[in-house]
Formats: sequence, C-alpha cells, structure tokens
Amino acid sequence: MPAKPLLEFNDCGIYCAAGDFYIDPWRPVKSAVITHAHSDHAKWGHDNYLAHSLSREVLLYRLGEISLETMDYGKTVVKNGVTISFFPAGHILGSAQVRVEYKGEVWVVSGDYKLEDDQVCQPFEPVKCHSFISECTFGLPVYSWRPQQEIFDSMNNWWRQNIEEGRTTVLVGYSLGKAQRILQGLDLSIGRVYTHGVIENTNEALRRNGVQLSETTRVTPDTNKDEMRRGLILCPPSSVGTPWMRKFYPYSFGYCSGWMALRGAKRRRAADRGFVLSDHADWNGLISAIQATGCETVYLTHGYTAPFSRYLSETGYDAHEAHTIYGGDEASELDQDPVKLVNEEGEVIGAEENIDSMEALAVDSATPLKQPLTDSEKSAALKKAKKAGGAL
Amino acid sequence: MRSFAQLFSSLDETNKTNEKIRVLKEYFLKVPDEDKIQTLALFTGRKPKRQINATLVKTWAMEMANIPVWLFEESYHVVGDLGETISLLLPKSEATQNKSLSEWIAEINSLNALTEDEKKDWLISSWSSMDQQERFVFNKILTGSFRVGVSQSLIIKALADISGLETQVLTHRIMGNWDPATFSYSQLMQAVDGSEDISRPYPFYLAYAIQETSDKSKSAEEISMALGDVSNWQAEWKWDGIRAQAIQRQGEIFIWSRGEDLSTDKFPELHPFLLELPDGTVLDGEAICFADNCPLPFNVLQTRIGRKNLTKKILEESPMAFIAYDCLEHEGRDIRELPLSERRAILEELHRASRHQNVFRLSPVVDVNSWEELYELRLRSRDENAEGFMLKKLDSPYLVGRKRGDWWKWKVDPLSIDAVMIYAQKGHGRRADLYTDYTFAVWDQDKLVPFAKAYSGLTDKEINQVDYFVKRNTLEKFGPVRTVKPELVFEIGFEGINRSTRHKSGVALRFPRILRWRQDKKIEEADTLETLKEFL
Repeated sequence: MPAKPLLEFNDCGIYCAAGDFYIDPWRPVKSAVITHAHSDHAKWGHDNYLAHSLSREVLLYRLGEISLETMDYGKTVVKNGVTISFFPAGHILGSAQVRVEYKGEVWVVSGDYKLEDDQVCQPFEPVKCHSFISECTFGLPVYSWRPQQEIFDSMNNWWRQNIEEGRTTVLVGYSLGKAQRILQGLDLSIGRVYTHGVIENTNEALRRNGVQLSETTRVTPDTNKDEMRRGLILCPPSSVGTPWMRKFYPYSFGYCSGWMALRGAKRRRAADRGFVLSDHADWNGLISAIQATGCETVYLTHGYTAPFSRYLSETGYDAHEAHTIYGGDEASELDQDPVKLVNEEGEVIGAEENIDSMEALAVDSATPLKQPLTDSEKSAALKKAKKAGGAL
Repeated sequence: MRSFAQLFSSLDETNKTNEKIRVLKEYFLKVPDEDKIQTLALFTGRKPKRQINATLVKTWAMEMANIPVWLFEESYHVVGDLGETISLLLPKSEATQNKSLSEWIAEINSLNALTEDEKKDWLISSWSSMDQQERFVFNKILTGSFRVGVSQSLIIKALADISGLETQVLTHRIMGNWDPATFSYSQLMQAVDGSEDISRPYPFYLAYAIQETSDKSKSAEEISMALGDVSNWQAEWKWDGIRAQAIQRQGEIFIWSRGEDLSTDKFPELHPFLLELPDGTVLDGEAICFADNCPLPFNVLQTRIGRKNLTKKILEESPMAFIAYDCLEHEGRDIRELPLSERRAILEELHRASRHQNVFRLSPVVDVNSWEELYELRLRSRDENAEGFMLKKLDSPYLVGRKRGDWWKWKVDPLSIDAVMIYAQKGHGRRADLYTDYTFAVWDQDKLVPFAKAYSGLTDKEINQVDYFVKRNTLEKFGPVRTVKPELVFEIGFEGINRSTRHKSGVALRFPRILRWRQDKKIEEADTLETLKEFL
C-alpha cells in the first residue's frame, strides 16, 4: 500500500494527517492554518487558528473572538514533527503560502497569489517543494495582465475627467486587498478618497495591525455631498445598484477586477469603466510560479482547473484537479466578499457564515437577506442595528 | 485604426445614449472623410467581403500564440467571441502602426490577389503591429463579423448634429446599395440629394407592439382608451412572412427585405407583376408563401429562403405572393407624406390595373365597428395564419423607423407550455462565460424529451441564478454543453408549432422564448409531449 500523502483533500479541507491540522478548512475543525483572511479561506467555527501576523486584526474583525496564533514569514512552528512555515504569496496583506515539511518531504499550499509586486504587500516568493497545491482562478491563456502602473494611470485620468465633467467617481473593488491596492495606486493630489463602511472597517483593522495606509474618509450621512463630487468613493461590489450608491448620482462607476479582461464580463457588469486589476496570477504568472517551485506534482484547487491541469499534464507535470469550496471550476471573486451583515456605515449588524456568493450580492442593510437567519441571530442583528441607528 | 478601436471601446464603456452620441461626434470630427464613410458603412452592416476564412485565421492565430487546439477551444468557450479570443491569445506586440481604418480595409479588400502564404505573412505582421483593442476590431472586420451595440439612429443623430442635415433625410440617403469605395462622405452630405441609385429603398416604418408580453394582455376597453375611436383606424391582419419593399424604376425591379438585403432573385414569382407596374412605383408589403388563396405558415417560406438555387420542386412547394399594404412612391413621386387613406386609394388602383392579382395581393382591410369586435377577431388570428393585427391611423404619413403613435402591432398571445431545463450552454457577447442558452424538455411517459432551445426572456438577475444552478448541478459535460439535473421549470412561449422529422420530439417551434421561470412548479408538473402536440 502506498504511503499516505502528506496533505490530502477531505470533506473539511486540506488535511495533514501527520500533523493533525487543516489548511483553509471550510468546515469547523480543531486546528486551522489560514493562508489569508478572505472569507472562502478563513471560515468561522474552528477551535484554533494559525495565520500570518498581518491577518490578525482583520481576522478578529471578521470572525469575532477566535483563538488565534500568528506567525511571521520565514518563522516555523512544529506540530507532531511536521514543520509549518509561511512565505509571502503577494495576494493581499497577510497572505501566506504555507510550507509543510515532514521527514524531508515538502508540500506548499499557495492559497491565492499573484506575482506582480503591488507595493502594498510583500511580493510573492517561490518556495521549492515536491508537491504544490495551487490556485488557478485565471488559468486560461486569455488572461494576461498589463503592468499595474498602466492601470493606475488610466484610473487617475478617469478620476480627473470625472471631476471636469462634474461627476462623482465611484470605484468598486473588494474590501480586503483590492481596496488597499487601489488606495496605494491613486494620485491623492487629485482629491480625497472616501470609503464605504465595509472598506473603512477593513482599513481600520489593518491600521491597528500597524499597516500604513493613505488617509481615507468614511462616508456617513453627514459627509458633504459637494466635497464628495470631487473625491473618489471606494466601495465593495455589494453596494452596486443599492440606494446607497444611487445617492452619489450623477456618477461614473468603475469596476476593478481581473474579470474585466473579457468584454462580455465587462458589459454584463454594466460598469462605465472596467479596470483589469487582479490580485491573482495570470496564465503566465501561474506557469512561472509553478516552474519556480521545482515541484513534480501539482494540485489545482480553484479556477479553470480542468484546462489548466490538462495543460500542465501535457507539459510533463503530474497535475490533478482538487475539489474544494474555493469557488469550484468557475471561481468568482464574489466569493471573497465579506460575509457579514454590515450596514452602510460599516457597523456589523449580524453574521451569517454560510451565505454563498449569490447571496453575498444582497448583503446590505437595505436588502433583506435571503438565506434564513436563525431567530437568535435575527434578534441579535436587530438589536445591534437599533443601537447603531441603522434600519434593517 | 487606433481612433476606430478607441471609438469602439468608448461606445462599449457607456450605456447612455447622449454619451454615445457625444463619443461618435468627437470621432467623426477627428477622422478623415474616408474613415467617416467607412465607419458609417461598418456601423450599418456594410462589411467588407471576407477574404480569409475563419478557420485559417484561427489556425494561424494558434500557431502565433503557440497553443494547442483544445486550449484555444476552451478559451473560446469562455470568451464567447472568436475575434476577441484571438486578440487575447496572441503575444503582446512590440511594434505599432498608424494606418487609418480605410487603409486597413483597402488592404483587406486586396487580399484576394495574394496566395495563402502571402496572406499568412500579411496577417501575422498585421497582428504584430497592433494592441489588443486594435486586434479585436481588426479581427471582427477581417472575419466579417463586425457588429456594434449602437443603433443606426444614434450614428445618424451624430452625423445630423455635425452636418445640419435632417435625420430623416440622412436615414433615407444611407439606404440601399452603396459601397464606401465609391460613395463619398461629401456626396452623402450634399445639400441636395445627388444619388442616382435607382435601387434605393425608403426606410421602413416600423410599429411598436401594443403588448410586449402575454402578462400585459390588453382589453378592448384599454385599447379604446388609448387609441380612441375605431373609425379613425385601419386594421389589417399581421402576416407572418418577410417584410419587403418592392421597387420598379426605369423598367428595373428591386426587392428589399427589412434587413436591407437585396433579395430580388429570391422571389422570381414576384417579377412579372413588378415589371408591369407603372414606372416609379415603390410598394411596402409582405413576401409570403401562398397557396389555394391562403397564406402558408412561415416554416414553408423558411425552407426556400436560404437556398441559392430555387429548384422547380421548391417553387412548386412554396409559391410566393406579395401582400401589399402601402405605396411609398407613385409615378416617381415620393408620396410618404400623404395620409394613409390616400396612399391606400393609390395602392388599390394599382392593384385593380394589375393582371397578376393572384400574386400581387392587397392586404385586406378588416372591417369592424368596435374594438370589442376586433378583440374577438384577434383571438382567431391563428386560423387566418396571421400573428394578430396591424393598426394604422387613417391620416398617418409613412414615417421613418420605429415610431410610437400612428402604427401599432397587436399580436396574439403566444402559445405556452411548462418545460424542464435539461441542457445548458454558455452564451456569447454580453452573456459570454454565463450559462444562458438552455434546452427544454417535456415528459414523454417517464422520459424528458428535448423540444426547444431558448435564449431570452430572463432578467439578468434570474440569469445569474440559473447560471449558479447550472455550475453546481452539472451531470455531464459534452464539449461546451452541460447536462444539468432536471429541476428548474420554465414557461416557454412560442408563436407556432409544426411537425418536424429533424427533431427527436417530432415538432419544431417558431420563435420559442422563456416567458417566466416557474419557481413554484416541480418537474413532475411540467407538461407532456402529448399536450404539446395538441397545438399542432
């Protein structure tokens, strides 16, 4: 009988039997190692969490009081003789590749990653291993990113043009990662950056963690509308089409995502501008990342796993599709949306961990949640909402 | 080409009409006249002839991108557009070029003189000098698949704004047979129409529907409230053929279909009556198959419409007639400004004088005294092989394009059936990478038999929900098609049904579409093949 692999996929997540721990488990487990704080990777309900130090405050903000240990890049922790260490994944602040070593065998779990240095988080660092568990969200050759400076230049030009034409600039991007990257790329001599509550809460959590971010102003009912017209409003995808967003009319709204690379996806979002900016590796990025690990075996967790694993197999790798919940074969960035009920000012008014990506669109205090909440959750949410003065 | 590519993406980036017109005007003021007329040609569907077939373009693109066929196909299914797929797969270019749109089109048009190897060299070096956006529009033009999400009326509005000419005048001038190689922008913009094109049709006057879907069925009373006294209106059956304009000028005849296709050769049966019309006559009407004094269903016409050669057998099985309902030009004079009642009198006179009344038919005026009477008659439209009624105000002029007010179509409610979705496929364009094309089935004993495909009818939100369902309930994949768990029930609407030997179900539907998603129904409650066949 062949030896059990060091890491395996089971119903709960990526499991290391030798060390008795999971990596990014999606069902409650005793011991969870977390690659990064996006909600499809960092789920609620585990007994113990281990994550990178820069994920600390965001995880506590998103998951509440959890038992959390943190560790820096390059440091190690040993569990039952299995050595665990973190290496930069370049995806978002605090994102880590997890290196697992046992009796000379090395596996690396990439989590999500990109290769371009975004000037916000520590850049991706290839790690030598025997087996590599990789994402492939954009694992098709049609995805090929332009350097981020080009994207930021056109973003800044669009902002200037909007000011000239008297329109508010509304930019949509994910609250953790994309928002901070955009903030870093904007030319703040043009105007102020205003933030939706969800994004500002995330910014605050990161600042508590010692991260230096540019100045942002939270949008509240009292924020001066005329001043906002010259500013740029950063908000999460869930605010598209809500009354909250309509308040800024007339506006031009831009959408930041790797999916904007395709005309169909861009037209479907009906955004005025689509900016192709992704925190995932493109096709060439994925291939060079995999080559740099020197691995023989690759497991693909999410994205275009079928064509990408076929391509890798044809180029000599032992490649497999793995079945995870990180999005299935058409991973959507929607899955990264925070799955908390937050009102417009960013007050958390309830938590529902099992909202799937479809419902995540509806997460907004103005829209009732379709997934039924339990009675106790409902009354807790109501109480908090009342305290915050928001309407549910 | 760069300006044109930029125009294309700017138009893509806005949904606002005024913004589109602004972008178009800016473009027209910037580019040379040759590019203006070329752009107008492309935007109105006058594409250059395809000089390289799509398979070769694809093969050379795969070579240049250095990827296997299967990976190209996978990419294509995700992108949903061949030209775009190629533009994304090719390696990024180092070089640039400054050729104008008309220079590129001239090169494309001269390709037929080249050998296949020369074409390949030309294509690869062309691609190597363009950015992704340029490649995309270039590929679309090259493969003859250029389309743009801008209506003709917008581009005309932009040209009217910068030239000072009336939109109706411009709409008429760009009709018919012109070629951007010989028709210049200054000719288009002359103060007095300088066209000598005797084939040129008039822009069709199109009616809006009184009720968009069966949900909003209007009562006779509501119609009466909206349209007033029935005696001010002329009602005609709405025929299910091909809308056509028939022209006789200087002894030559031309038949145009509504899509501005010159279809004279497709309808030889109509030639004798047209040739005998007085010089300078233009009729608007329906080209339709007709036998034993009775219009035939559209599928009979469909069997001959795509044929290059009309054999004797086809002509016998699907004889054509022309049901005339309007006269736009009489004795060489444009009479579109006359009220309908007067144009009708002229039409009737022409008809009386014709020796071919079995082919040249008049659309009968349905004589009723009240809207209630018409309402009752409308329910029997299918027995007349008609789709409902056309309502036209007796004093209405013949307008340009789709206008509200004077003409309405009042169609019968579609037939409908509850069916189960069993296959799904990704859409194209705006719906690329989303499962939007569905195949539906009804029960035959304990089996689900597919009987129709439908693409439209759901809201964007519903499409997202169905897409989500498909991705998580796939049973099998066959290339781009997925077999999905039978679970979702939809009400499918259609205009007609015919027997078919080509379909497993034994029936073929006319214009099937989704009327609504029946989330209240379980698959056991879907209809049976037997019920469907009762409509036959």
